[in-house]
Amino acid sequence: MKKNAGNPERRRKRNAFINRDTWRRFKKNKASLVGLILFLIFVLFMIFADVIVPYSVAIENNISQRLQPPSAEHWFGTDAFGRDVLARIIHASRYSLLMGIVSVVIGIVCGSVLAAIAGLYGGIADRTIMLIMDTILCIPFMLLALAIVAALGSGLENLLMALVIASVPIYVRVIRSSILTVVESDFVEAARSLGTPDRWIVLKHILPNAIGTIIVQATMSVGTMITWAAALSYVGMGIQPPAPEWGAMLSEGKNYMLQYPYLVIFPGLAIVLCCLSLNLMGDGLRDALDPKLKD
Amino acid sequence: MLKYIVRRVLTMIPTLLVVIFIVLFLMNLTPGSPALNILGPDATQEMVEELNHKLGYDRPFFVRFVDYVVNLVQGDMGTTYRTNRSVFKEIVTRYPITVRLSILVIVIACCIGIPLGILSAVKQYSFFDTAGTVGALFMACIPAFWLGLMLVLLFSLKLGWLPASGTDHWYSYILPALTQAIPQSARSMRMTRTSMLETIRQDYIKTARSKGQIERKVILKHALKNALLPVVTMVGVDFGFILGGTIVIERVFSINGVGTLILDAIQTKDIPLVTGCAVFFAFFYMLVLLIVDVLYALIDPRIKARYRGQKA
Repeated sequence: MKKNAGNPERRRKRNAFINRDTWRRFKKNKASLVGLILFLIFVLFMIFADVIVPYSVAIENNISQRLQPPSAEHWFGTDAFGRDVLARIIHASRYSLLMGIVSVVIGIVCGSVLAAIAGLYGGIADRTIMLIMDTILCIPFMLLALAIVAALGSGLENLLMALVIASVPIYVRVIRSSILTVVESDFVEAARSLGTPDRWIVLKHILPNAIGTIIVQATMSVGTMITWAAALSYVGMGIQPPAPEWGAMLSEGKNYMLQYPYLVIFPGLAIVLCCLSLNLMGDGLRDALDPKLKD
Repeated sequence: MLKYIVRRVLTMIPTLLVVIFIVLFLMNLTPGSPALNILGPDATQEMVEELNHKLGYDRPFFVRFVDYVVNLVQGDMGTTYRTNRSVFKEIVTRYPITVRLSILVIVIACCIGIPLGILSAVKQYSFFDTAGTVGALFMACIPAFWLGLMLVLLFSLKLGWLPASGTDHWYSYILPALTQAIPQSARSMRMTRTSMLETIRQDYIKTARSKGQIERKVILKHALKNALLPVVTMVGVDFGFILGGTIVIERVFSINGVGTLILDAIQTKDIPLVTGCAVFFAFFYMLVLLIVDVLYALIDPRIKARYRGQKA
């Protein structure tokens, strides 16, 4: 393999998804750039949440300040326990983004391994894996996630596990179909005829060529996972109070929404903007990675 | 064709068995014994053991799984822990609401999304296309349960036009159905637009145009039928998400459907009820996928011909 390492053609193929052309094409799409900037703002909130506003402001009750409308002191107002809504939204971005990103990364890794086994070996391995995945897909996502949370108990780790288990079949389906198109390629056949070990073929030939689909799928899925996690928290099966989470904030705020609509408007907008940023990025990436648009 | 439908119905059986296995297995992992959940923390160890024995929870998991399947075949889904009523009856009294709501959602979503998608593709790069695409992208990002809260806030609490909860009147369904149908129609629109754009670039469309066929006929007769194929598949797959979403939407609008039933059952760890509801949802979803497959074959003559070939 080492003697091929310097082959420019091979290197170009391997790095096809991160080269300058991809960035140039991505940049051309203004909407995708807006999405990227918006997403980076959320990431900055996630990283510097404690610097922007202390965690105690987001979780400690302050009854004397309860249900204050938006003002210069509390930009997004305060909730029924006197907690600053903006502080809670900023700290909730940690839980929501963390759940979205981590569940997608774990799900995609598990999905890629299973899809690679199914796509590369075919036959009984493919049939068995796809039968199991298709059966799991027959259970509505929300129902499966709810059942898993019910079995394991609520909380961040269990919610993450529920999202991963319920989403793996979706990733396997998408990645497998992308892998199948690569498996039939001449360069994979050439590698096989040279006696290259299967795991090397997967790591060096199949995955790098299917990575475009995987990245697009991952970007779009983070938004979906954030929404589902919020939905689970909304029905009381996700993150438990007083920890701030966008879905849980909506659930807490709905009882007061007639007099204090900001309690449900701002956390909801946070979910919408976060998902929108990821979808805009995903759309841009899909166009930038589309082989039909390449030189 | 009939042979194909029968074969597809038969394949639903092993899938349902696996669904039951997964749900029972997950419920088996739930901490605390079922008897303890029913009797409460004050119950003595003896009482807990006796009730567990009566319910059959002292037997191995596989024996319980086989028993459940055998009883299900005989139409017995067990009794609920809370009300001691038949699970089957509980589901039968509530399922029409859930089915009605989900079908209404998919119908509204298709009626809005597909025509808008076609128009957007036909008038590509026009103001309508740009506005439609941006609007659809934004709508697709809105979580249905939040949209539900916003619609309740506006149309029920502020304007007082529509009820915020219940299903007593036909108009009670408007808000819950719109809540799910709006984001879904945005997805349908995007999918239809993409599919239509690909189709209208095909050679047979160019041929139809060069023959002097009027544009409306080209779109409706030649392009639409082919463009709708992937849309039909997507609608079928999305139905699973709609069903899952119904669980949350029923909670938002305090609707007494199977979604609320399963949420309450999960919170009270009512195992027979959770399993029964899960079987209902899986069965309903598989039925929809079957209908979609049959529709697919009816729309696409190539697939119909393949089945005919198999038959021969």
